[in-house]
Amino acid sequence: MSLINRRRFTAGLGAGLAAAGSASLIGKAEAAEPLKVGFVYLGPVGDFGWTYQHDVGRKQAQAALGSKIITSYVENVPEGPESQTVFAQLAASGHKLIFGTSFGYMNYMVKVAAQNPGVNFEHCTGYKDAKNLGTYDIRFYQGRYVQGVIAGKLSKNGVAGYVASVPVPEVVQGMNAFLLGMRSVNPHATLKFIMIDSWYDPGKEGDAAKALIDQGCDILTQHTDSPTPLQTAASRGIKAFGEATDMIKFAPHTQLTAIVNKWGGYYTQRIKDQLAGTWTSDNTWGGFHSGMLAMAPFRNMPPEVAALATQTVADIKSGKNKVFVGPLTDQSGKIFLAAGQTMDDNTLSGMQTLVDGVEGKLS
Amino acid sequence: MIFLIVSFLVSMISASTPLLIAASGELIAEKSGVLNLGVEGMMLMGAIAAFATAHATGSTSLGMLAAIGAGMMMALLFAFLTLTLLANQIASGLALTIFGRGFSALLGAGYVGIAAPTLSKLNIPILSHLPVIGPILFHHDVLVYGSFVMIGAIWWFLNRTHAGLILRAVGDSHDAAHATGYPVLRIRYAATAFGGAMAGLAGAYLSLSYSPLWAQDMTAGRGWIALALVTFSAWRPLWLLFGAYLFGGIMFLSLYLQGMGVPIPAPFISALPYLATVIVLVLISRDRRRIRLNQPACLGKSFHAAA
Repeated sequence: MSLINRRRFTAGLGAGLAAAGSASLIGKAEAAEPLKVGFVYLGPVGDFGWTYQHDVGRKQAQAALGSKIITSYVENVPEGPESQTVFAQLAASGHKLIFGTSFGYMNYMVKVAAQNPGVNFEHCTGYKDAKNLGTYDIRFYQGRYVQGVIAGKLSKNGVAGYVASVPVPEVVQGMNAFLLGMRSVNPHATLKFIMIDSWYDPGKEGDAAKALIDQGCDILTQHTDSPTPLQTAASRGIKAFGEATDMIKFAPHTQLTAIVNKWGGYYTQRIKDQLAGTWTSDNTWGGFHSGMLAMAPFRNMPPEVAALATQTVADIKSGKNKVFVGPLTDQSGKIFLAAGQTMDDNTLSGMQTLVDGVEGKLS
Repeated sequence: MIFLIVSFLVSMISASTPLLIAASGELIAEKSGVLNLGVEGMMLMGAIAAFATAHATGSTSLGMLAAIGAGMMMALLFAFLTLTLLANQIASGLALTIFGRGFSALLGAGYVGIAAPTLSKLNIPILSHLPVIGPILFHHDVLVYGSFVMIGAIWWFLNRTHAGLILRAVGDSHDAAHATGYPVLRIRYAATAFGGAMAGLAGAYLSLSYSPLWAQDMTAGRGWIALALVTFSAWRPLWLLFGAYLFGGIMFLSLYLQGMGVPIPAPFISALPYLATVIVLVLISRDRRRIRLNQPACLGKSFHAAA
């Protein structure tokens, strides 16, 4: 099972159940008059990861706007033609704003949006838009830079390990940002990584973590979704970072912090715009500054490191630190971003070059 | 260097154990002539049963018992379909896997993202403190030791006992065994149930020790690798032991090499166990006699006693 992205992967996971009863479950959250807002999820809301965080966002928007809106969601929607039916159904049943939260919905959303000019659509992680179709995503790499700063401070030998999934730009951004964060406090730091060819395989994630620790990494981070690497780090007595959500209960003395996806504020704002009639198609790539990304509390580290991490978050938030700023050298020592330049979003979103200090090749 | 090798071997043992446990159960089932492709589904049911029970009671022993029970229930369902109702074994086995994946996900919905007790490592006095050998061989949990005992017992059972001979006879010629007066169906029911119990236990190893949590589909294809292993070993217990460690070792070595900067494409790693099985099958099928000697002749065939 070779999978391109986590959204698609979650669909594979759910296949046992999802294929059977997917599109039929529309959860009505509240019964009132006004604006109907629909959400289409790839996984179950109980996946405790990607879809779970989106549903937390939906609930926050519902709570913030109360009786002015009704939110509905459809979970376990595969990234195939079925999704087109679900979007069309939501549009036909009076939903005026519809969020699709998986990359693979893209072409189906484009079609349904064209057929329903009176309905607005928003697509998470996609890149195609239209007058009534916008896109949104999170700059996860900002959080990885903060992790790198912490790792650079805490690692004794300056070698960190990165349990990675598949070599897509989001993961390359993540590894580079982590290394740059480490180097900002320890110029000799290096990063080893292992790709496990999956977003979610607890056994293999744990094995990769063991292999990295054996090879001298004394701090771990992960770009895969299960808490196994964190648990492995705990059993080996080193520190590590959680992923997508606060995983502290799996490793109370090990997790330093975690990247937490926050969709609630964004959803609330876009629904408000729709209510006010000011919604326009937009491409949002949010981060700390827009409140779409947050770090779990800084734990298990000395107060001065926590203070530095807090300061780093503040610097990224204020735009003082843009993470990918030249000079950046690739693994062969060639400069690929000149001194003083900031990488533009277009280049960034297609990133396939590893920076000097990351060991190993993308394959 | 020694440290690297030691820690590699320790990790390899834990990666190989679930394969060995599940495959040793399937070996017995196949030796009796029953081909149960539902290993993946039975492992998943075992994993959720073990996790849920350990979470509720705080006892990993009860968790393992529950996993054995859950695996057996699944296997008995399969046995009822194929042995009593004479349904096709291939189709029923695939159905069992699909059912197990879905049903374990349903049962496990409330257990995602929570922690439960994990199997503790057993330390053996003196032996565990030996340099080099101590950490490799004598610092594991009960299922690792159990898997060795089990495969030894299976070898002894199949090759040195009367009951093992009967089991093999049933698998090789159910008509002859029936004519001799042996209860073919009862023996197959028992062998299938044992296969289910072992698959369940392998699932318990995953959710209580290897990656101690519940996650939908957490076996990630290990049931299929266990099935491949039985064929790989040409139905011989000692080769099964060797194969389980070879597969576990290859999977882990490839991660190791990647961490050392050797560029191995990750999808290739995922394909390795299956590739190894294909290669070995090609190699052993050059000697048809050897296969015929070991492969149960009635594997996958339904038995209906002519009155």
